[in-house]
Amino acid sequence: MNSEEIINNGTLVYSRPRLLNERNTHYCPGCSHGVVHRILAELLEEMGLEDKAVGVAPVGCAVFAYNYIDVDWIEAAHGRAPAVATAVSRLNPENVVFTYQGDGDLAAIGTAETIHAANRGENIVIIFINNAIYGMTGGQMAPTTLLGQKTATTPYGRKADINGFPIKMSDLLAQLDGTCYVTRQAVHTPAAVRKAKKALRHAFENAMAKRGTSVVEIVSTCNSGWKLTPAQSNEWMVANMFDKYPLGDLKDI
Amino acid sequence: MAKIKGAVKIDQQRCKGCDLCVVACPTDVLKLQPKEVNDRGYHFAFTAQPDNCIGCASCAMVCPDACFTVYKISIADNN
Repeated sequence: MNSEEIINNGTLVYSRPRLLNERNTHYCPGCSHGVVHRILAELLEEMGLEDKAVGVAPVGCAVFAYNYIDVDWIEAAHGRAPAVATAVSRLNPENVVFTYQGDGDLAAIGTAETIHAANRGENIVIIFINNAIYGMTGGQMAPTTLLGQKTATTPYGRKADINGFPIKMSDLLAQLDGTCYVTRQAVHTPAAVRKAKKALRHAFENAMAKRGTSVVEIVSTCNSGWKLTPAQSNEWMVANMFDKYPLGDLKDI
Repeated sequence: MAKIKGAVKIDQQRCKGCDLCVVACPTDVLKLQPKEVNDRGYHFAFTAQPDNCIGCASCAMVCPDACFTVYKISIADNN
C-alpha cells in the first residue's frame, strides 16, 4: 500500500489547526514560538474558545503573534501585557484572556506588571516563553540568561558579580497567593509538546473557572541567538537549561 | 495482528528546513532535500522512506510551522 492510498483511505491523525492562518510565520527555522503558537491554536479550537479568547501580544519576537492565530488580540506596550490583560478580563468577564510573553518582556521590563497581576489573582493565563536571551534584538543577555552563557552583551559568559543571577520567574510567581497554577514545560520532543498542551489546557480551564492567575512557562530554544542549529539547541537546552529551570508543576491548587 | 501504516503530506513551500522533524521521526522516514530548495530558499523536508511511516505524528508534534498532515490505516496481516 503506497502513501497515496493511505492518504485516500486512512484516517486523519493530524492536520494543521484551523485557527492557525495561512501566513508564514516570521520566526527563524526551528523556533519554539512556532510550536507554542501551533499548540495554542489547536487548544483554542478544541476548547471552542475562538470567539471568547482574547490574546495580549508582547514586544519581542512574538510581537506579531496576532498575525498568525485567528482570535482577538491586543498589542501591549513592552512588558505591560498583564496590565492590559487585567483590564480586558475585568471589563469583559465572559472572555478568556491570555498573555503571550517572552523572557525580556515578562522578566525584565514587565516584572512589576507580571508580579502584581499575579498577586491580584487576575483570571488570566500567562504564557511565558523563556529562551534565556533577547532574540529579536540580536541575542543580548536577558535576566534569565544562565551563568556562563555567552550572549552579544556577555561575550565571555554571564558573570554573577557583574551581571547578577538568572531569575526564576515561575518560582517567584508560585510564591504569590494570587496564582492557582504555575508550571514549567518545554516543547523539544513530541512527548514534551503533548505535556505542554495539557498544561495549557489546565491553565485555560482555570481562567474559565475564575480560579486565579495561571502561569505556563515554556523553556524554549533560540537557535539564532544561541548560534546553534535547531537540533543542537534542543540538546543544549536539555543539557544546560533544565538544571536551572527544571520541568514540572510548581503549584496546582 | 493488524499492522499500522502511515503517510505524511508535507507543505513543502511552508517548510523552513529546520531539521526538527528528521530528528523526531522514530523510523527515519524524513530527510531534508540536500540540494533542492523551495520558493523561500529553504532545503525542505521530504519523505525519503515513505514505507517506514507508522503515522505516529511525532513530526507534526515538533514542527514549528505546522507543515504536516498525517494519516494512518490499519491493514490486516496476511501472514
